[in-house]
Amino acid sequence: MARITLDHLAHAYRPDPQGPQDYALKEINHVWSQGGAYALLGPSGCGKTTLLNIISGLVRPTRGRILFDDRDVTDLPTEARNIAQVFQFPVVYDTMTVRENLAFPLKNRGVPRERTASRVEEIARLLDLGRVLDRKASNLTADMKQKISLGRGLVRSDVSAILFDEPLTVIDPHLKWQLRSTLKEIHRALDITMIYVTHDQTEALTFADKVVVMHDGAVVQTGTPEELFERPAHTFVGHFIGSPGMNILPCRVDGATAYIGDEAVALSRAYRALPQSQRIELGIRPEFLRLQHKGAGLPVRLRRIDDIGRARIARVEMSGRPLTASVPDDITIEGDEAALAFDPHHVHIYADGHLVAGEAAGGQVR
Amino acid sequence: MTKTLNNKAWFLVLPVFAIVAFSAVLPLMTVVNYSVQDTFGNNQFFWNGIGWFQELLDPSKELGGRFFEALWRTLLFSAIILAIEIPLGILVALSMPREGWTVALCLVLMALPLLIPWNVVGTIWQVFARGDIGLLGWVVNHLGIDYNYTGDALDAWATIIVMDVWHWTSLVALLCYAGLKSIPDAYYQAARIDGASRWAVFRTIQLPKMRRVLLIAVLLRFMDSFMIYTEPFVLTGGGPGNATTFLSIDLVKLALGQFDLGKAAALSLVYNLIILAICWVFYTVMTNVDADRERVEA
Repeated sequence: MARITLDHLAHAYRPDPQGPQDYALKEINHVWSQGGAYALLGPSGCGKTTLLNIISGLVRPTRGRILFDDRDVTDLPTEARNIAQVFQFPVVYDTMTVRENLAFPLKNRGVPRERTASRVEEIARLLDLGRVLDRKASNLTADMKQKISLGRGLVRSDVSAILFDEPLTVIDPHLKWQLRSTLKEIHRALDITMIYVTHDQTEALTFADKVVVMHDGAVVQTGTPEELFERPAHTFVGHFIGSPGMNILPCRVDGATAYIGDEAVALSRAYRALPQSQRIELGIRPEFLRLQHKGAGLPVRLRRIDDIGRARIARVEMSGRPLTASVPDDITIEGDEAALAFDPHHVHIYADGHLVAGEAAGGQVR
Repeated sequence: MTKTLNNKAWFLVLPVFAIVAFSAVLPLMTVVNYSVQDTFGNNQFFWNGIGWFQELLDPSKELGGRFFEALWRTLLFSAIILAIEIPLGILVALSMPREGWTVALCLVLMALPLLIPWNVVGTIWQVFARGDIGLLGWVVNHLGIDYNYTGDALDAWATIIVMDVWHWTSLVALLCYAGLKSIPDAYYQAARIDGASRWAVFRTIQLPKMRRVLLIAVLLRFMDSFMIYTEPFVLTGGGPGNATTFLSIDLVKLALGQFDLGKAAALSLVYNLIILAICWVFYTVMTNVDADRERVEA
């Protein structure tokens, strides 16, 4: 059981990193608290697997320290850390039975035979592997194999954290849900820190209490799924999370009003000291942008309306720029001229991609 | 599924039949024809039935005696070759670099012996191992070891075995290396997390993943060593005495030395059948192992 602290951690794969562009992982300070369920979310190549491998000790960071509780483990090899890792492709030892696979980490650590046997039974029950214990591991399905990999981590009683590196990639869709809920159950039952790397936002948002969003080797936001949805700290988060993602529009801000071209959009907060040199953008999620009849808001050209089941999404265009908006149930638009209504509480202002806090305007605090 | 019948297809298959007939079936039938006849000069043939085969498979007869001697010699040679080259090849493959420019260098160096024509290999070693002018022979003799591959049977065997190991171990190593390269990194990482020792990694990951290429390596090396001819022929000519007369050398002596075409034909056929039988056993073992896995999987 441990709290994992990343202290000024950075990593470059080339031996002589010059500038920040050489770093696969830019400086990170982060604390993973004991027992948390975390997701590391980001597109491929954003450095999330590197970060995971640094935590498990497979990669030694170029700079910074990594602490388990207060113990510096930066230079400790993987086997000396109390870490288990489940990989993208299931790793099982082909020649062994499931039982032998599960016992393998304990056997390597010289745990007495009876302790090993009872522990294996316990974990097999937890993972529902009891029926296949004496079958060869190589002949099982991918989701079973992934459970075995997970089981090899859980079987060690000293494990303080389990790292998952996109563990559901090769699992059939209908089994993904099942395996993910197994993970949740185990997390609740065992009070183990879990860090789950994925590029799939649904996986991240359903699995984790806290999501760490990474982009281009840096952490751009850490927060609960609600926070990521309601207040994206970076335009990347806004765009990456949500489907469709957030609308980002270049704008000009004057006090509590934003101007998109000549059209004014009321804001719930006032922004007084926005730096002149930076790129100012307005971000709003399609859920808070409602399609209206012509004249009832920002004029746009309607391209088409997609029915995505639980909602209708309008694809519109504003001076050549594509936007998405939600379509209220009671509205039908004739022709292609329409308008957009903004929910001022959910309009965010970004300077060079980063969220600007703004001041409460008119005593309204949000 | 319904099959479409199209008699024109025969025209496409016919050339293959013709080529196979001329290159394999007809020569083989000639050998079969010889094996049941006694031949004399002036192309005189006398029917001998299965006489040669009876003589060949009877160790008390002169022909049978030399056949079985050569057969055991060849089997022993193959066994020694496999026992040395397979473990050595695995060891070499394990110690080869995994990435960087040294990989290419290693591969080229290892492939070199495989590219040398067989009789050149024999010649190289014939000179190399000579006691008077050969580097190896001279050094060994000056170390105080009495070594003479032309006079001593044991020395001759040792020289041929070392030569074959030098010539063919890299084939095994390259095959194993290919098998090793196909193991994803995650396996090694998982093994580290599981606290596996170097030996455990070899036993539980590397060896099982190399199993298939190893079977191929064993098959190839067995066949090649069982049919070995050129190198020992150049190096020792089957001597001293008959000490290194393997089946193939014996066959050539019989056919071209004594011109006993009937006996030689019978020997070739039996030789061929032995190789076919062993091939079949290997093939069955290989496919059965795979079938076993699939059956459990299903």
